[in-house]
Amino acid sequence: METTKKSEKELLLEFEEKINGEQKIEPLDWMPEEYRQHLIRQISQHAHSEVIGMQPEGNWITRAPSLKSKKVLLAKIQDEGGHGLYLYSAAETLGVTRDQFIQWLHEGKSKYASVFNYAALTWADMGAIGWLVDGAAITNQVSLQRTSYGPYSRAMVRICKEESFHQRQGYKIMQNMMEGTKDQQEMAQDALNRWWWPALMMFGPHDGDSPRTNLAMKWKIKRETNDQLREKFINKTIPQAELIGLKVPDSNLELLTDGTYKHSDINWDEFWQVVNGNGPCNQQRLAHHIKVHNDGAWVRESAMLTSLIEE
Amino acid sequence: METKIKYYLQIADNALILSHRLSEYCSRAPFLEEDLANTNVALDLIGLAEAVYEEVARMEGKGRIGDNIAYLRKENEYVNSILVEQPNEDFAHIMARQFYTDAFHFYFFTELCNSKDEFLQAIAHKSLKEVTYHLRRSSEWIIRLGKGTEEAKQRTQTAIDKLWKYTPAFFIESKADVQMLKNEVGVDLHTVYNQWKQKVSEVLYLAHLKIPTSDFLIKGGKEGVHSEYLGYILAEMQFLPNKYPDAVW
Ligand SMILES: [Fe+2]
Ligand SMILES: [Fe+2]
Repeated sequence: METTKKSEKELLLEFEEKINGEQKIEPLDWMPEEYRQHLIRQISQHAHSEVIGMQPEGNWITRAPSLKSKKVLLAKIQDEGGHGLYLYSAAETLGVTRDQFIQWLHEGKSKYASVFNYAALTWADMGAIGWLVDGAAITNQVSLQRTSYGPYSRAMVRICKEESFHQRQGYKIMQNMMEGTKDQQEMAQDALNRWWWPALMMFGPHDGDSPRTNLAMKWKIKRETNDQLREKFINKTIPQAELIGLKVPDSNLELLTDGTYKHSDINWDEFWQVVNGNGPCNQQRLAHHIKVHNDGAWVRESAMLTSLIEE
Repeated sequence: METKIKYYLQIADNALILSHRLSEYCSRAPFLEEDLANTNVALDLIGLAEAVYEEVARMEGKGRIGDNIAYLRKENEYVNSILVEQPNEDFAHIMARQFYTDAFHFYFFTELCNSKDEFLQAIAHKSLKEVTYHLRRSSEWIIRLGKGTEEAKQRTQTAIDKLWKYTPAFFIESKADVQMLKNEVGVDLHTVYNQWKQKVSEVLYLAHLKIPTSDFLIKGGKEGVHSEYLGYILAEMQFLPNKYPDAVW
């Protein structure tokens, strides 16, 4: 008993040395159970977010106003599905299957990004989502490229390239609309008004209210805190809005001498409401996923059977 | 010119309307890999339609762009076959609709590679590459489902039977088909039909499914007479250009 305990300690020491030496942890390496659990939670949540995120945008493909915009949107949503695939694969290296992750999602045990619980109401939302939601996602993901878990880090490198493309495409939609008719300009401004705060909420609670941040930072799963990332996003996004004539919906904005912005705080009551299932589309998004999954069960069962026969 | 444009539109409208149905299916496939595959097909079809509409706009010479042709026509000016309008009832219907269409596209574009019309010849070559992949995928699915569980077999047979009656819409010759064949621009739909029938029979045989024998056939589409579904498809698709005619997106 004494010796095993000691070796566990040694293993932990070795593990932490690796992390401090900026070496990646790989699936077969020893890792503390808390580290594994943190990753399982975070990566699967990330995978679910990519997949649930297909819904608000998928809602507009058939109404895209030009064939080019239809192709761009469809390809973007396809990318997000692909991100979901990479991330489920990365998460599966931790010993949990995709089926299990999906079951946890359906049981409410596993979450996804709250931002997708807001409704995509107009075509301008396709711009705002790409620009702000993908923009916020990249800010976080660029930092996650250096995360300590190898498979997660590699998935992030692939994903980041596509996300920055999405961000530019989304911004381009907004720009086109701001150069367009009065109706289009109003539509774009309205979309920014509705998506600005949800995008800022994507970075999560203040550092002081984020209980798992310390360990995640210590083990370099996270490399920057929620608040640091949020400030980065705010500072780079406000000038983009102003450049095309959009007004960020925050009456307390003030450009400081160091180039950063003073701004209002998030409505944390709304934040927790949405996290806890009471956002505008929480039920709709989950019900959609569950229905599709159930509707497709016969196809999966049958495909499994034929692949067994063919083997 | 008008007849040639109509011939072009038959090609583009099939692709556009089917891509619309596949777009509706995005985020609804039985598993993620299949969602992405479905989107691939939709993207290929939109690309095909787009290229043809742009060419039509150019031929017309009225200063319109491809999107105007794609979006701004009346319902009876769309000349797609009635099959591609049929709704996404379940995965079996989606695959049966896809299989019938892919097989048609495959032999149609194979023939069209010999067109005297340079544009059509080029688009046929390009599309054939994509459609070859589409047909492989949908054939494999039909075979796998047919040989799968009892439920899969039953659902697939139902879909194959139900959609069968819309397939003649591809092969009944419109005035444009007749004229373009005469000019060696278009293809001989009898040839395409024979090859299509053989392929369909072969795949259904491999899938242990029955070849439908129903004589009740519906021929709509090419002359602008559609199912009730098309009105809804267009209402949705045309919504933004209709509501904001001056807007450029
Ligand atoms: Fe993504
Ligand atoms: Fe993205």
